[in-house]
Amino acid sequence: MSKTAITLTVNGETVAADVAPRQHLADFLRESLHLTGTHLGCEHGVCGACTVMIDGAPARSCITLAVACDGAAIRTVESFDDDPVMAQLRAAFTAEHALQCGFCTPGMLATARDIVTRLPEADEVRIRRELSGNLCRCTGYVGIVRAIARVLKERR
Amino acid sequence: MKAARFDYARARSLAHAVELLGGGDGFVKLLAGGQTLGPMLNLRLVQPDLLVDVSKLDETRRWSEEGGAILIGAGVTHAAIEDGALPGPTGAILAGIAAGIAYRAVRNRGTIGGSLAHADPAADWLSSLAALGAAVVLLGPQGERRVMVAALAKGAFATDIGDDEVLRAVAVPRLAKDARWGYYKFCRKTGDFAEAIGAVLHDPERETLRLVMGATNGAPIVLDLAAPGGIPETLDMAMLERALDDHGFADDAYGKAVHLVAARRALAEARR
Repeated sequence: MSKTAITLTVNGETVAADVAPRQHLADFLRESLHLTGTHLGCEHGVCGACTVMIDGAPARSCITLAVACDGAAIRTVESFDDDPVMAQLRAAFTAEHALQCGFCTPGMLATARDIVTRLPEADEVRIRRELSGNLCRCTGYVGIVRAIARVLKERR
Repeated sequence: MKAARFDYARARSLAHAVELLGGGDGFVKLLAGGQTLGPMLNLRLVQPDLLVDVSKLDETRRWSEEGGAILIGAGVTHAAIEDGALPGPTGAILAGIAAGIAYRAVRNRGTIGGSLAHADPAADWLSSLAALGAAVVLLGPQGERRVMVAALAKGAFATDIGDDEVLRAVAVPRLAKDARWGYYKFCRKTGDFAEAIGAVLHDPERETLRLVMGATNGAPIVLDLAAPGGIPETLDMAMLERALDDHGFADDAYGKAVHLVAARRALAEARR
């Protein structure tokens, strides 16, 4: 069970590593690169906490093998300090009380950014449908939906 | 919730993947988008000795027109289909089905070929493509062969695909503008796997009226019905009930009820 060499970009930096084929991307990010902003909840693709950007599109890092990300560009929640959309979302999440414990928030922000950039005309029903793959056990979603709606409105 | 150990090989081409499948010791699995295999690996429901990665092959990510069909590469993602990658009325139907699969983050990586090869009875493509009269193109050591999607599944998670064969593409007949399509998926939560699927295709050009009841305990139930007077107003519910009884629903009143409702709603949508 040999390790496999991969080279990928993580948050703009080139990373070369030997990974065990069975290691998923979230464990690689957290344990090898110490990027612990990516959270692991269910570890089988249901809860959405581990959602990161792979080549610009949101994806589940718990059911994506690190070894299959050779050549890919990964962005985690740690890399969005200077991102204008994420800055708006952070402010809106604060204003609308869109988080309590914060466990789901990295994945929520990844999905929220995808909604705002891909679906500028989304209404509340559409936001809720698009958000259905991210589970939050604190807020009841009301604040999260409002925060995303607020950013969509600001950008119109 | 960590996968058991396995070896990993990246296929350079589909032909190389066929070679690796044939030459591998033990249990060899193909990896495409990994959106169903990933969870099953983590849950250790599947423990391969070798994983052959076909996810990076450009040859599987294209589509083309072939006679009266759209030939969709097995590696085309649900998200690409949702976003309208495929042409015409058939492309629009496929976009609607793709949009209902799981969540965007899953659709971005999950592939049409991977879903079919996996043959989860509750998955969308298996039932919908059976109803649309699609066929899969399989590549093996002896070359290519085609199998109708309606005959692909041999049971839950079991298919006609050989141990040394790769699903290369899906051929979906191009429907005329006056073809009617209805699809209804019963699930308790948006994006969840289906508890029942109903799919209805009426294609006057090919004189086809096909009904599929999916998300059964095994292969989807495919019924080719006569439609001399066009698309019917109602379905023969007693006949559908008998078909469900024959497929393990005899003692499952709830399962039977949701499948009948899904079939009826699919017909209603096709008639709209």
